[in-house]
Amino acid sequence: MLKEYQTVTEITGPLMLVTDVSGVKYEELVEIQMQTGEKRRGKVLEVGTDNALVQLFEGSDGINMKNTKVRFLGKPQELGVSPDMIGRVFDGMGNPIDNGPQIIADERRDINGLPINPFARLYPSEFIQTGVSAIDGLNTLVRGQKLPIFSGSGLPHNQLAAQIARQAQVLGTDEKFAVIFAAMGITFEEAEFFINDFRESGAIDRAVLFINLANDPTIERVSTPRMALTAAEYLAFDEGMHVLVILTDMTNYADALREVSSARKEVPGRRGYPGYLYTDLSQIYERAGRVKGKAGSITQIPILTMPEDDITHPIPDLTGYITEGQIILSREIYNRNINPPINVLPSLSRLKDKGIGEGKTRKDHANTMNQIYAGVARGRDAKELSTILGESALSDDDLAFARYSDAFDERYVNQGFYTDRTIIETLDLGWDLLKILPREELKRISDALLDEFLGKVD
Amino acid sequence: MKKGVITKVSGPLIEAVNMENANIHDVVEVAEYKLIGEIIEMRRDKASIQVYEETTGVGPGEQVVTTGMPLSVELGPGMLGQIYDGIQRPLNELYDLSGEFIDRGITAPPLDRNKVWRFEPSAQVGDEVKPGDILGTVKETEVITLKIMVPPGVEGKIERIEAGDYKVEDSVATISGQDVTMIQRWPVRRGRPYQNKIDPVRPLMTGQRVIDTFFPVAKGGTAAIPGPFGSGKTVIQHQLAKWADADIIVYIGCGERGNEMTDVLNEFPEIIDPNTGKSLMEKVVLIANTSNMPVAAREASIYTGVTIGEFYRDMGYSVALMADSTSRWAEALREMSGRLEEMPGDEGYPAYLGSRVADFYERAGVVNCLGSDNRTGSLTIIGAVSPPGGDLSEPVTQSTLRIVKVFWGLDYALSHSRHFPAINWLSSYSLYQDKVDRYIDENISDSFSDLRKQAMSLLQEEQSLQEIVRLVGQDTLSDEDQLKLLTAKSLREDFLQQNAFDDIDTYCSLEKQKRMLELILTFHDHALEGIVKGLYIREIDRMKVRERITRMRFIPEDEFEKFEDIRVEMEAEFRTLIADREAQDA
Repeated sequence: MLKEYQTVTEITGPLMLVTDVSGVKYEELVEIQMQTGEKRRGKVLEVGTDNALVQLFEGSDGINMKNTKVRFLGKPQELGVSPDMIGRVFDGMGNPIDNGPQIIADERRDINGLPINPFARLYPSEFIQTGVSAIDGLNTLVRGQKLPIFSGSGLPHNQLAAQIARQAQVLGTDEKFAVIFAAMGITFEEAEFFINDFRESGAIDRAVLFINLANDPTIERVSTPRMALTAAEYLAFDEGMHVLVILTDMTNYADALREVSSARKEVPGRRGYPGYLYTDLSQIYERAGRVKGKAGSITQIPILTMPEDDITHPIPDLTGYITEGQIILSREIYNRNINPPINVLPSLSRLKDKGIGEGKTRKDHANTMNQIYAGVARGRDAKELSTILGESALSDDDLAFARYSDAFDERYVNQGFYTDRTIIETLDLGWDLLKILPREELKRISDALLDEFLGKVD
Repeated sequence: MKKGVITKVSGPLIEAVNMENANIHDVVEVAEYKLIGEIIEMRRDKASIQVYEETTGVGPGEQVVTTGMPLSVELGPGMLGQIYDGIQRPLNELYDLSGEFIDRGITAPPLDRNKVWRFEPSAQVGDEVKPGDILGTVKETEVITLKIMVPPGVEGKIERIEAGDYKVEDSVATISGQDVTMIQRWPVRRGRPYQNKIDPVRPLMTGQRVIDTFFPVAKGGTAAIPGPFGSGKTVIQHQLAKWADADIIVYIGCGERGNEMTDVLNEFPEIIDPNTGKSLMEKVVLIANTSNMPVAAREASIYTGVTIGEFYRDMGYSVALMADSTSRWAEALREMSGRLEEMPGDEGYPAYLGSRVADFYERAGVVNCLGSDNRTGSLTIIGAVSPPGGDLSEPVTQSTLRIVKVFWGLDYALSHSRHFPAINWLSSYSLYQDKVDRYIDENISDSFSDLRKQAMSLLQEEQSLQEIVRLVGQDTLSDEDQLKLLTAKSLREDFLQQNAFDDIDTYCSLEKQKRMLELILTFHDHALEGIVKGLYIREIDRMKVRERITRMRFIPEDEFEKFEDIRVEMEAEFRTLIADREAQDA
């Protein structure tokens, strides 16, 4: 029989101190029964000989220290997993909120998971076609990768994420596929956008949604991505499915973490975020991947809004150090009505090299990718120069690069949220654009490829 | 057995009482899971313990048992080609034990207990030996012969020594009554002993042009690579591990991505080491404590790696150690310090950050090893630093720069324009330059340092010329200055840039570096002469031979006569141009 305590002695923010306890374990799940009969949950953050510090998921509003009963449940926070989760909607704590029946769990799993043994990993190398040229052509996504979208408030990152979820496919395969969507502190409208989009495209039938809205308890958000990834690990490594996990918005997650940290009066790191933010984020992001001997995979697309569009802010900064690249949306490009407003120059997919080329996409992919990049970089420089000195100051070559860079934005990037391009279309479009440049400037493409794709010249 | 009782659990930090008999820095087993921990602080009978595994489910009242030993590594045959976690647990064994996820409380010996090694003695019965003397050898891999040394603290007359097949725990010799096995245990936080340090003078050849030519690191030296994410730190570290001409490579993935270690595991065995002609993995030890693995073990991983490196150094090998990234190690220090409620220094880092960083890098060096044969060994340490937001003023970068002698500054702007390796040639430096110049001029080519200086001054002039161009345009520059820009561009694009993913360009010998540099600068000299004779800069820019210069990086190591071809073609083209010009003028 579980013991019940009525010895709450301190409440500060989302934290509660319970004294005269015994047998409590670190990270144990706690159930709190308020004087009104309402039940809340929490977990043990720190435990001493006779006291325990409890983090309340739903906040401390209205808790009466005298009449509140606390029970320690003798297990860490868990999620009941089952294939029946697919097609269902849960709250941030894993309870169904779609009026459907409770999930009958095959198994209950600690939501913190265990670290994947680096020796057991398989290197991600299967090309995922998202249908978005700026991603497929230049920042290729592969199965088992974690590729975040760095955005800013007011930019259409949700549309892009929905587009990827809708269009993503691995060429030439027909394998079991699922989307897991975890919302942390986003608005009702944003969540509705995703749910409706999934419904319209039929993706809802292979999706699992975990929804913590902006007005839901903040601290709950700390658990939401872990719930989602526990479900993802189950579907990927037990059920052999290829799982795409969308986490939005990681900035809200980090803010929730900061709230707990400051309530604990911990020594803050940069901008008040706890010193362990990197470790904490990595325990989420590193749950992506493929492992030996298992059919499934977990691909992650976390979305975060950079405060003040500042990429050096701790959240995008630490994320960038953990994830395998980043897709960066730019306000300047968005203001020019180019959608999706992907700024390709600072964007990067670290795993692209093993996912492209002959047998995966096409043999010219790597070469053209580098050339397109270099061309855009030079074109932008030329345009900058011409704004200062006037167009007449540009050499003929530079003029060509400037024209190329405009055409690139207009035709390559600006495809809208409902155009689904195959990789071949994307690559051919790339060649079309490169024709704007003088052939001798295409230094990053081998002669053989130039001959084959541009037509032979003497 | 001395047993303590847990009184507090806070993440990876626990406190236990009844610990008066334990020593500081002892390894302990925590709770029924037997989690591995280390005592980091003692107050009366209360010990603060950092635990190397997750502490979920651990609570007060549970037991702590000290092993009475400090955190140590096992040193002996079988480490090469192996992948360990931060506290030297072999990850392949853990995979066999618990599958794709690392369970808690599982453990396996670092050195395979059942593997049989052939021991060939080089000392004889009756020899007087002291610590560091070589008793014999074991062929550890195709390319590395492990030397079995007399362990520290053992000396006297050899009473028994026999060739034969042994397991690591078997006694291979008896010295004054003491049995010697092939395993040595050594506490990781203490440097292994040597006779004395020597000044490092020989360069570590890395096959990377910007490094070998402009910012070389000496064998036994220290270098740091700070850079924001996406600037290519890890690729450079991998390149160094792949191509550096060290006998042994220790690669520490400290708090970084899991897939990067997988990449290393897949790729290194396939790479043929240009120095040995055999698979690279034959000389590599990997330590992987990825970011999601327990943070306390991340703190230890750096020391585990450096101790293994010192062990091979002690045999007289040159060892290169790459740590990616030391910032994650410093963050682990910060996290433990925060939980110990220590007074924080800069940005929450503990006040002792600087001295810990210095302690680590000081374990590098060229040394006269223990032992009577006076062999020398070296340990080079190359640390990546991940400054938040690319801001080099942050504490970890600053403490590192105070101690290392080589700084390879990575530049976001360069990586954006896909200039790789994105090492900024204006902000980087190497304090070994003079010593290395002397060594190269004496041993390889006496003109090398002059070429380098000429190239560097062109690159520096480019910077100031660019500023003028940005203000008033290129046309206002004199032809000589425009030529400088042209040559500097060629240096940047055809020499400094190097494609790590191209089969040929990935490695460039010093000889090839010299030839490339010579060609670019010869072109510059000829062009300068041409300008005097009336050539226009536009004509020079459009010369056909320039195309061949841009592609010279793809010339294989065994076809160097092609450089001579290009030079001949270049001179001919200049002659024709000048002749045409003179004909027109006449």
